Amino acid sequence: MAHRVVIVGGGAAGMQTALELKSRGIEPVIVERDIELGGKARGWYKLFPSFTPAGDVMRPLAERVKRERIRCFYGQEVTEFAPDGVILRSGERIPADAVVVATGFTLFDAHRKQEYGYGLYDNVLTSVDLERMMNSGAVTLADGSMPRRIAILHCVGSRDEKVCQKHCSKVCCITGVKQAIELKQMFPEADIFNFYMDIRMFGPGYEELYREAQERHNIHFVRGRISEAAETINKRIQIKAEDTLTGRPLRMTVDMLVLLVGMSANYENAELAKRAGLELSPNGFFRTVDSFLGAVRSQREGIFFAGAATAPKSLADTLAEASLTASAVDEYLKNSFNK
Amino acid sequence: MSTLNFGYGINRPRAIDLDNNDLRKSNAIIAEMPELQACIGCGSCTASCTAGAITNFNFRKLHTAVRRGEYRGVYEELSKCMLCGKCRLVCPRGINTRGLVMLIKRKLGDF
Amino acid sequence: MRRASWQEYQKDIADDKYYYARSCIRQNFFPGSEKAFLDILTNNLGIDIYDDPLHTSCTGIGYHSDVVPLETIMTVVARQFSLMAEAGYENFISSCITSFGIYNEVLATWEEFPETEERTRRYLKEATGRELVKPRSIAHTSDIMFHHRHAIARQAKRRLINVHTGEPLKVVEHIGCHYAKIFPKSGIGGSEFPYVLAGMIEAWGGDVVDYPERRHCCGFGFRNYLVQANRGSSIANSHKKLESMAPYKPDFIVANCPGCTMFLDKWQYAIAEMDGTTYGADGRGIPVLSYEEMAGLVLGYDPWKLGMQFHQVDVEPLLDKLGVEYSPEAKYLGPDGKHIGRPRDVAVNCEEVRRIYEIRR
Repeated sequence: MAHRVVIVGGGAAGMQTALELKSRGIEPVIVERDIELGGKARGWYKLFPSFTPAGDVMRPLAERVKRERIRCFYGQEVTEFAPDGVILRSGERIPADAVVVATGFTLFDAHRKQEYGYGLYDNVLTSVDLERMMNSGAVTLADGSMPRRIAILHCVGSRDEKVCQKHCSKVCCITGVKQAIELKQMFPEADIFNFYMDIRMFGPGYEELYREAQERHNIHFVRGRISEAAETINKRIQIKAEDTLTGRPLRMTVDMLVLLVGMSANYENAELAKRAGLELSPNGFFRTVDSFLGAVRSQREGIFFAGAATAPKSLADTLAEASLTASAVDEYLKNSFNK
Repeated sequence: MSTLNFGYGINRPRAIDLDNNDLRKSNAIIAEMPELQACIGCGSCTASCTAGAITNFNFRKLHTAVRRGEYRGVYEELSKCMLCGKCRLVCPRGINTRGLVMLIKRKLGDF
Repeated sequence: MRRASWQEYQKDIADDKYYYARSCIRQNFFPGSEKAFLDILTNNLGIDIYDDPLHTSCTGIGYHSDVVPLETIMTVVARQFSLMAEAGYENFISSCITSFGIYNEVLATWEEFPETEERTRRYLKEATGRELVKPRSIAHTSDIMFHHRHAIARQAKRRLINVHTGEPLKVVEHIGCHYAKIFPKSGIGGSEFPYVLAGMIEAWGGDVVDYPERRHCCGFGFRNYLVQANRGSSIANSHKKLESMAPYKPDFIVANCPGCTMFLDKWQYAIAEMDGTTYGADGRGIPVLSYEEMAGLVLGYDPWKLGMQFHQVDVEPLLDKLGVEYSPEAKYLGPDGKHIGRPRDVAVNCEEVRRIYEIRR
């Protein structure tokens, strides 16, 4: 009889892990909190750095899960997990031989950076709002007109101890570059300013895209963090920053302000970790054994991780890691049960 | 106007004002040399600068200011450049910095 | 309501039995406001408030301009607290924003560095023979007015509405920096969207103006105005705010800080002299009120009893909009009914008094 592995979370990490386990003859069971699979990447427009439509990656994954008849629980929240199974909010217990935690992350709530007026000012949006707008085919200002000047702010809810988010969310820099190019292509006449503290182009093709944004698309990169945004009488956004490379304060009015929101650890992580006897990293994500050979293993045998549950990760990294997780689970099951 | 001597006036704001700065010159310079936008502010040009070693000439700051539409004093300041070309050799983004000095001076000649 | 986030960060405010600490600046520049505060609380709201003749300046002006050392101001603060305890009160309320900041800062310092509290206890004992008793609650007097805003609204004789148009008055609220920028949670609404004055304006029928430089400092800052050479930066900040609010055509400004109320008012005259710019309708300036004056007008107090003749910018256009009955002749009469003299005409408000009174008729 096949071993059963319960995967907590049906996003990219959960689906990819399930598919890999299935191909290894293991029976995966996905428990998804939402009513469908896909997680945060669902409804995303295009992926950096290649501008691949997100659907081209997410749809085949979901279809394969269906085709492989992988059992999925929808709208079910896991309140407790252990190496021998998980307990749902309903009280139901799903027994298993191993558990994979693929619970991902929570988007930073931009309201918490009050000084940017998200939710108060019509033309302040998050990178996620912009992605949804692009996906729906229409990016406009609140009054339906086209933006002529756009500011994109990096590190909203990242590297900021004022909102208890000291870590780098890793994907926002390249997302900001990608969205700047997309906006420029949509509005060729618009001036686009990216306000950054550091530009972190860690992935393949990222630096090249950054340079393309600068040189080919004439995106203005200003090294300095916007300190506050306020609405003007005609619903534009006045921003203040320092142009740190000239050492002078800088102020300007833009039509649209895009906040590149970071990845926060899920609020539930603390309780889940406590019940499972696991530890969290200082930033609230699940702690792995190490970041080398133990990068997908928890401190407890039989509990594994995949994707952004342990740290902010790109979709590409998440998918690669999920295969690694499946391989680690397979090895564990062979060693523990088939002796 | 004031008939009273207060002994002080209203200090002018120090901020770069991108709403009121005239960016036409700056745009023309970037249009002619798009790679200028690829500057990552590493400071290699200033570090290797012959003029910068003996005066407060700072090429990185100067061309950044020009890109923000801050032209005042730039033409005169650029006269400190000796056009030795060392900065162009070190630029990791391949910007023709020596050519840029001439380009800015040409565009800002009437400022 | 979108602006609901302004109401985030509420703090506990005592309902009654306050020990009142006055403000140095306000006693001199807006003496009517502190009187109005005591009158409103005592006569309109029936609240027990004690105005103790024994208490002193908190010495904040000296502290912020580097002539009063930390140990001294802590001891002065400790003395105020012990006076409060001796008078049988435990809810300390401060009329001044600087003092409010100081009281919070000192209490926080004692909390973080207990040895400073011990030292202060010793100094207080040695210098005055008193024992330090810490207050149960600290609030700014604008917090108190905010706390009772609905009770005031119930007794209102008029609302913040233009009687000629029926439209709500457009009000700029300005919060002193040390109200919530030192300790965001010490202020109602926090530091970015303070609700303390906005809540009063809304409760009394006005519209709050959210203009781009709303959060900016007025530029008061003790070092900035004490040294003449620095005043150019002080006035530049007020100038920036006035320029930013001007397009919204506010009917008046209300502030909760002594310095802001004074400077946003008086700098309008200096700016007019310096560069010829005058603000407000017909260049008559934008009246700047304390929240007590605003509450007093709502409750039907006489504007001259509120001390509104002390303002740089004439308040008569605002009184007309509010439909306040007042006697122009009584403006410059002292409490004893004698004429106290009229200020000389200046660049702003230089028209004949009669003509100013005739607007919107």
